Amino acid sequence: MTATLEKPPVTEAPVKEPRDWRGPALFALVAVIGLVVMPLVLEPFRLGLLAKYLTYAIVALGIGLAWGQGGMLTLGQGVFFGLGGYAMGMHLKLNDAGDGLPDFMVWSGVETLPALWEPFRNPVFAIAMVVVVPGAVAWLLGTLVFRQRVRGAYFAILTQALAAAMVILLVGQQGLTGGTNGLTNFFEFFGQDVAADSTQRGLYFTVAIVLGILFIAAWQLQRSRFGRLLLAVRDGEDRVRFLGYNPATVKTITFTLSAVMAGIAGALFVPVVGIISPALLGVVPSLELVVAVAVGGRFALAGAVLGAVLMGYAKTYFSEELPDAWLYLQGALFILVIGLAPKGIIGFLRRKDVAA
Amino acid sequence: MEGILNQLPIGLSIGAVLLLIALGLTFTFGQMGVINMAHGEFIMAGAYTAYLLQDFADRNAVLVALPVAFLVAGLMGLILERTAIRHFYGRPLDTLLLTWGVSLVLQQVARDLFGAPNVQVLSPTWLQGSLGPMPYNRLFILLLAVGSVVAIWVYMNRSAQGRRMQAVMQNRQLAATSGINTGRVDQRTFFIGSGLAGIAGVALTLIGPVGPTLGTYYIVDAFLVVVAGGLGQLRGAVIAALALGLLNSYAEFWTNASLAKVIVFAVIIAFLQFRPQGLFVLRSRALT
Repeated sequence: MTATLEKPPVTEAPVKEPRDWRGPALFALVAVIGLVVMPLVLEPFRLGLLAKYLTYAIVALGIGLAWGQGGMLTLGQGVFFGLGGYAMGMHLKLNDAGDGLPDFMVWSGVETLPALWEPFRNPVFAIAMVVVVPGAVAWLLGTLVFRQRVRGAYFAILTQALAAAMVILLVGQQGLTGGTNGLTNFFEFFGQDVAADSTQRGLYFTVAIVLGILFIAAWQLQRSRFGRLLLAVRDGEDRVRFLGYNPATVKTITFTLSAVMAGIAGALFVPVVGIISPALLGVVPSLELVVAVAVGGRFALAGAVLGAVLMGYAKTYFSEELPDAWLYLQGALFILVIGLAPKGIIGFLRRKDVAA
Repeated sequence: MEGILNQLPIGLSIGAVLLLIALGLTFTFGQMGVINMAHGEFIMAGAYTAYLLQDFADRNAVLVALPVAFLVAGLMGLILERTAIRHFYGRPLDTLLLTWGVSLVLQQVARDLFGAPNVQVLSPTWLQGSLGPMPYNRLFILLLAVGSVVAIWVYMNRSAQGRRMQAVMQNRQLAATSGINTGRVDQRTFFIGSGLAGIAGVALTLIGPVGPTLGTYYIVDAFLVVVAGGLGQLRGAVIAALALGLLNSYAEFWTNASLAKVIVFAVIIAFLQFRPQGLFVLRSRALT
């Protein structure tokens, strides 16, 4: 028997209630902490780390939308993160190289700039590609897969295989992608010295604001009719189909949106951290973010963001302090969260609410 | 022409290894809806078993290593099923994440026990040499897979236990109401499936080095075999595994290793357009 429905929480009917201001108030509080307090109290190095975690949080937001709201467990978000990151990285490399070739191409003996790279000189084109390429890949995969009603675990396996294939492709095409080392050694970011504290500070604000905007957008989407439909598809795809909707369309749109978010995150990650390489977007990093979302609470968008930031800190802290124990700890965390608290931290916080 | 011929044993033996790995996955997935990411670590456990036995006995101990690795990996699977997985039946995506946590821990255990660098298992002396273009060690792997498939087929179709297993796979509730102890059947399936991964691990020591992350290289491909072959389908797994092994090695031969995986992925997606549920489908009236 393969009648395997997951048991998500019951979604309440949209009863007209007095507007709940707690959510927006909390959002405003977090925004003030993020945009005012953090830049004041954190030294530049720590602020840079936070910026990195916030780019992960953008990916997590997309995972929260696709997995938490839509029931599509995507294990390949690293692919889209990477596509966005490489698009940005290629532009920065070309910008640094001026009329010459990017440094790694010279090392691998490439003599003329590959045609694929040429249009990335144009910053507008590069930024457009950050959104278009991940979106197009996700749309194509989503259309082909969801149309045939391939879903659940099958979909998870396929996205994972895509991540594995992507890494091997990037590593193999040394002259085109920089191979295992990826793209690194950036000097200039849109006219600014990329390593300067002021640039990094500006980048932090950019990342934080982009995250805020995408969060509000995802939140509105979740509250909209489309969001309700998405939940319905997660909880009973066939019933939605019998009602005359096309679940494949709903899922494809959502998956594409989550991929676009991951692409934007990747593009922001490149100037913040200064590198994009296959190791940052393979099977393992993709899964780590899924787990971060599970830890934070997959059924709430805020949980996804919270989980990504917390797991980012935990990883940095433990791999500095106890590098050997980190993998054990991470594994144990997984088992405990999935086993005992499938709703994550947000689930714990909300439990009181429901009882009251 | 000679290259094409040389590629054949490589493709067939990789397909045979994938088959051994995928058999366990397809039954646990098809019967229990469990996606076991730690399956790859059972391969690794089997490979390290062969490595240890080689130190204790000698390099020709492969025939001893096979049953021992089967037991070691099988018991690991049984323990995992009893302690964790059985609480998650019907939640495939959660088992996937849970078992990935287990797989991380097991990899780290292997790193602590055997060290991070790869270790080498020497091929037995009686497997050196080749039959035409077919090296003996790859031929041995192929025979191992054929033997395992025959054994599984006999078990499933000719033994009472195996028929119970099929019954549970087709309709769990009905099987339970007919008096089958489904929990017991699940344990057996898990034991056998994990044990086969252990055998695959021993087979891999014949063609390459052994490291803590050995399993991760094969697990994704093995899952693709399950997807392409159809859930819980012996025939499907056999055809899909050999096809994938051959496709992989020929795609590498004609293009290069980095494009091969992309081609394989594209072929699978294209294949799913025609047969979204894989080669063979277990007929059922249940609506997912």
